[in-house]
Amino acid sequence: MSILLKKHKDISGFIFINVTRLLFLMLILMLAFILIKIIVEGFSVISWEFISSEPKNNMTEGGIFPAIFGTVAVTLLMILFALPLGIFSAIYLNEYAKDSVFTRIIRTAVNNLAGVPSIVFGLFGLGFFILFVGKNLDEVLQTGLLFGQPALIWASSTLAVLVLPIIIVSTLEALNSVPKSHRDASYGLGATKWQTIKNVVLPQARPGILTGTILAISRGAGETAPVLFLGAAFFLPNLPIVDLCFGDYCIPMINPGEQFMYLAYHIFILATQSSNPTKTMPLQYGSTLVLITLTFLLNITAIIFRYRFRKILGRL
Amino acid sequence: MDKEINIGDTISKGDVPNDITMNSSPFSKKIKQSTRIKESLIKYFFAINGTAALIFIILIFIFLFKEGFRAFEHIQLVDFIYHNRLAEDGTSSKVFEWFPTSDEARYSLIPLILGTLLTAIPATILSTILGVGAGIYLAEIANPKAKEILKPIVELFAGIPTVVLGFLMLVVGASFFNDLLNPTNRLNAFIAALGLSFVVIPIIASLTEDALHSIPNDLRMASYGIGATKWQTISKVILPAATSGISASILLGFGRAIGETMIVLMAAGNAANITSNIFQSVRTMTATIAAEMGEVSQGSDHYFALFFIGIVLFTITFFLNLIAEVIINKMRKKNTF
Repeated sequence: MSILLKKHKDISGFIFINVTRLLFLMLILMLAFILIKIIVEGFSVISWEFISSEPKNNMTEGGIFPAIFGTVAVTLLMILFALPLGIFSAIYLNEYAKDSVFTRIIRTAVNNLAGVPSIVFGLFGLGFFILFVGKNLDEVLQTGLLFGQPALIWASSTLAVLVLPIIIVSTLEALNSVPKSHRDASYGLGATKWQTIKNVVLPQARPGILTGTILAISRGAGETAPVLFLGAAFFLPNLPIVDLCFGDYCIPMINPGEQFMYLAYHIFILATQSSNPTKTMPLQYGSTLVLITLTFLLNITAIIFRYRFRKILGRL
Repeated sequence: MDKEINIGDTISKGDVPNDITMNSSPFSKKIKQSTRIKESLIKYFFAINGTAALIFIILIFIFLFKEGFRAFEHIQLVDFIYHNRLAEDGTSSKVFEWFPTSDEARYSLIPLILGTLLTAIPATILSTILGVGAGIYLAEIANPKAKEILKPIVELFAGIPTVVLGFLMLVVGASFFNDLLNPTNRLNAFIAALGLSFVVIPIIASLTEDALHSIPNDLRMASYGIGATKWQTISKVILPAATSGISASILLGFGRAIGETMIVLMAAGNAANITSNIFQSVRTMTATIAAEMGEVSQGSDHYFALFFIGIVLFTITFFLNLIAEVIINKMRKKNTF
């Protein structure tokens, strides 16, 4: 009891604790304000038509379907590139590599890659993927100007490099949390290292890896700066789809060689470069609401996954 | 399972290996040759993939410098600092302007660097106050139940796409502060800094929380044990012990503020003013690249100059990250007894 009383006499402490409480409350209010503002302004625009139709009338009316499709297409290819590379990289760092100067350099590189400004990734995508890889592919394959120009595949590749650290770090955490005793048990049964990784470690790490994947998708879908000069377009009447035909049988596929519309870029364009920013204001809020719903759902899923994953591990 | 490993052997030697790699296993002779080759191939496959992050950092470095250094074919290094303008009467004066598209092209990075600092520094100061406060609250004051809900909120905060923040500052923030403070320009460094702090606060908050969390509980218990209050413990024991971790979080937040593009592109006004007035429009390095790269013709001086800005940005953030990393590693070593 005397301790409790003493606590209240400690005025500076009382002030300090409530100040931090207030600061945190401010943070929550800021987040709430952002969400409420977007939802209130954007909700009236959202309709099936808005989601499923193209922009019309010089982008002052209509929907955002091509932008949604482009975002999905780009992030899909991105995760296809980044996921295997990230998981393999993390497996090497956690399972095979010994703690040497070299692996420490790799770990530093992972952290540093996460801190590279997104616009620099855009420059890198332009300099490396388009002007080096693309141009050289054109020269070798004699395809004229097919690869050496901004296209969906280069945007996806660049975003893949951008989200690589997210996947590596979360996979590392997941692998690291698999108890050593499980590995030992597997070795004790005579399993080799690869058999142990494949049958014991990876299945247990799967929820953690999934968390990283979801976070990476959400990050990729929200990035604008890297795709600015890698093929994001103001407006495209056609979706970047190509029919892949085997005889009479045709399957529509994402065309990696075309330009694309991107939801985040679409918001930027509508807000800053459109012919009539005031008239398109509802469209801007609508697009923002769609984007933020997408990223928030992904983030919340990831947080729930991680929470459950940690709980399961806590029980082990 | 490999049937050729003799389990009897394992027991008789009394030494269970916890790590059957091909070279270190004492039973390596009993493993099939083909299995051994397969295992080592798999190991090398992972090793190649393992270096991916390092390779990409090196590639970014190479290709930024490859394009950026071609700027020096026609532009001198001093041109990136000032431009010598010759007046009619033969006298020359130094101009600090970024104006690469004019006939008399001027490439001074000074207004862009100052613009970057004028947005990034206020953003970092504001975020330090809010972020460190929130981090302390999360780590030391909030009860565990509340923490389980509050921590994800900070993570959600970090997940807001920057273009959304830029958009909100442009349409809501700018109008609000235009009426309230009557700034020189409607879009200005202050608005951009405010938007940036939304990005930096979650970074500083979660890293501060990590830093405080990594401090051994023994320190807290010892402090309480000699009769210190919570406030005394936090201010005299915990915070001094976490100083390095917190400063690393501030450095990382500052690096992020410098490298952020969309918010400053949309809210800072994009006029390359040299000013210390936070209510005036400025133009940052990132916004310059984003705004001009789309229209510049490939292979021109202007194009290479934009890559040179990329080099400057990359170098600054690279070293900020590196310093923060060193500080964090030192802290981890110190806190594991």
